[in-house]
Amino acid sequence: MQDNYTDNTDYSSVEEIILENGSNKTNLITILQRVQSDYGYLPNDIIYYTANRLGISPADIIGVATFYSQFRLKPIGKYLIMSCQGTACHVNSSETVLKSISDYLGIEDGETTDDGLFTLQKVACLGCCSLAPVIMINGEAYGNLTAEKAVAILRELKEKEV
Amino acid sequence: MKIIIGEGSCGIAAGAAKVHAAISALINDSDSFSIGSTGCIGMCFLEPIVEIRNNGKVLRRLVKVTEKDAPNICKSVRENNFSLVDYLTIKPEDEEFLTKQTRIALRHCGIVDPESIEDYINIDGYQALKKVLKTMSPEQVIEQVKISGLAGRGGAGFPTWFKWNAARQSQGKNKYLICNADEGDPGAFMDRAVIESDPHSLIEGMLIGAYAIGAKKMIVYVRAEYPLAIKHLEKAIEQAKANNYLGENILGTSFSCDMLIKAGAGAFVCGEETALIESLEGKRGMPRLKPPFPAQKGYLDSPSNINNVETFANISWIINNGGEAFAAMGTENSKGTKVFALTGKVVKGGLVEIPMGKTLREVIFDIGGGIKGGKKFKAVQMGGPSGGCIPESLLDTIIDYKALGATGAIMGSGGMVVMDETTCMVGMAKFFLDFTASESCGKCVHCRIGTKRLQEILTRIVNGEGRDGDIELLEELCYAIKDGALCGLGQTAPNPVLTTIKYFRDEYEEHIKNKKCPAGECAALIKYSILPDKCKGCTLCAKKCPVKAIDGQVKLPHVIDVKKCIKCGLCYSICRFGAIIKE
Repeated sequence: MQDNYTDNTDYSSVEEIILENGSNKTNLITILQRVQSDYGYLPNDIIYYTANRLGISPADIIGVATFYSQFRLKPIGKYLIMSCQGTACHVNSSETVLKSISDYLGIEDGETTDDGLFTLQKVACLGCCSLAPVIMINGEAYGNLTAEKAVAILRELKEKEV
Repeated sequence: MKIIIGEGSCGIAAGAAKVHAAISALINDSDSFSIGSTGCIGMCFLEPIVEIRNNGKVLRRLVKVTEKDAPNICKSVRENNFSLVDYLTIKPEDEEFLTKQTRIALRHCGIVDPESIEDYINIDGYQALKKVLKTMSPEQVIEQVKISGLAGRGGAGFPTWFKWNAARQSQGKNKYLICNADEGDPGAFMDRAVIESDPHSLIEGMLIGAYAIGAKKMIVYVRAEYPLAIKHLEKAIEQAKANNYLGENILGTSFSCDMLIKAGAGAFVCGEETALIESLEGKRGMPRLKPPFPAQKGYLDSPSNINNVETFANISWIINNGGEAFAAMGTENSKGTKVFALTGKVVKGGLVEIPMGKTLREVIFDIGGGIKGGKKFKAVQMGGPSGGCIPESLLDTIIDYKALGATGAIMGSGGMVVMDETTCMVGMAKFFLDFTASESCGKCVHCRIGTKRLQEILTRIVNGEGRDGDIELLEELCYAIKDGALCGLGQTAPNPVLTTIKYFRDEYEEHIKNKKCPAGECAALIKYSILPDKCKGCTLCAKKCPVKAIDGQVKLPHVIDVKKCIKCGLCYSICRFGAIIKE
């Protein structure tokens, strides 16, 4: 971890986000959401820069970022797999689906494959309960899954990349 | 004529957007019909759904439509010959899913185009706001809401008029009206459907609330996981501003009010109103001590009032039809209707809105069509992580705040997850405790450590390591957490454990004493094996096994390597010879 933001990073895009939303600390969550949508995660030096601009400590930002499940402190892979763990998915065997994905890719919840292709993330509920069990890959939902179907989807994505 | 596609999130996940594109591509300039969208029709089990409408009347409702059906649909409309789409037309018994409902909060869902303010205005939209601003005092509005008996639909069921009145009485220049759209209960999507499908109803309901309490600012706190809802609401706000329903001097009166959206960032505890306020202020969502209540000191220390989406969605109906009409529905202490997200092992899953007072059996069996795959009903989970499991013996319980509370479950925000005989109730309790233990904000020791300990005990039970006295220990811990926690999350977190112990104690005992899972779900307590005399060596299971745990030669009996087996049960479900057994 660096302990400060460095001058050789380009902060123009985060500056733009801060100006757009106002440098009031009540807007912190909105600012972090915009940063994450631009960068894919919350880079450390951006956190320090934002803290300085909003007049709060970096620890305040890390506190908020780690409190909410939406925020990530590490970059994600090309494909973000969100595995729904909602109640409807649970009673329709979402755990088996999650395990098959985890076994196939060799990663656990929150991890990214070494080739930088896949990140696996458990999520509370994607809200398409009638399609349970569901996973969502880069915004597209795949429903009525079995362990086998889930692996087939990933295999197809993987083959597309080579 | 018009072809209308149901494009709520569920519909899109099932392929509605692809169907839309396929039909759109086939429409020529010479065609006299057009294509449009609506929100969630609520029959998730039949998605994607396409309607052929003429002057707003549904001529045909087509279900489970795919892109391949696009040519037939276009042809049938072009030639006015609907027999071409007979094969897609909804069955009468499925149509009953809608006709058996009474829709108030969902009255426009699946009917209007959520992106069109004209659609909303054409069906009496913003008439209630006009009536309120031009003919009623804030006190009269609160009086109508009081007569209606409307109670908070977020779960707690607190009378809406009482909160409004307290906020009205409170002194302060900047009052805020806040909508809680952070639908955190995993297994519920009522609020999402309302915002996605009928955003103007929420805006109108909130404006009436803002007028009643004297607020000039409205904030909607919506889950970031609901991008379509946010998009539709943003557009609706723009349209409402352009039409002078939002902003300065609304409809030429002295009433001015603004609205903004703040996206939540994923924390279940933010459903608690003081935690939600903390989150709105850009902080960790940790509940505050009450008093002071939000009505006195809420967002930015100003008087604030927070209601749930469904609560607001009822408001304009109440103003248009009068409080008495709303109060005429329901029971002695629960008025009006309630929306449920019916999911799980039920045949027809979707959004169900019914008058209070119906029984659980009516909802699950009459409307929901009973249990999938001819299996046996075991329990229904209501209220998510704060609720409980209701067994078959109590299926005739009526939907009513008091009656449901008496079972140990709660009305909740509307999650209704049906479980059959293959769902392990200890596993279910563990599932919810996994959730609450990770969602506990950490402020109170009882909740932070107590839920963790509950989770550990439940984990050892489902792993076959349960000990004598574990059930009593769970109970003792549950009551301690209920007593010691500050907010609703902690106080209700033990409910899933307490209700499953109360109604399914034998399942706990079976796990602890005999190391068996009666539902056959707990992986550590089951084992799959192949009966050599029944196995024909067809190799199907070996081919399908996701972890290659099955080995054997063609036409010879196969063997499962128990070390590799992940107990997914796939082989068990596909074997055509009944050669695989589960013990």
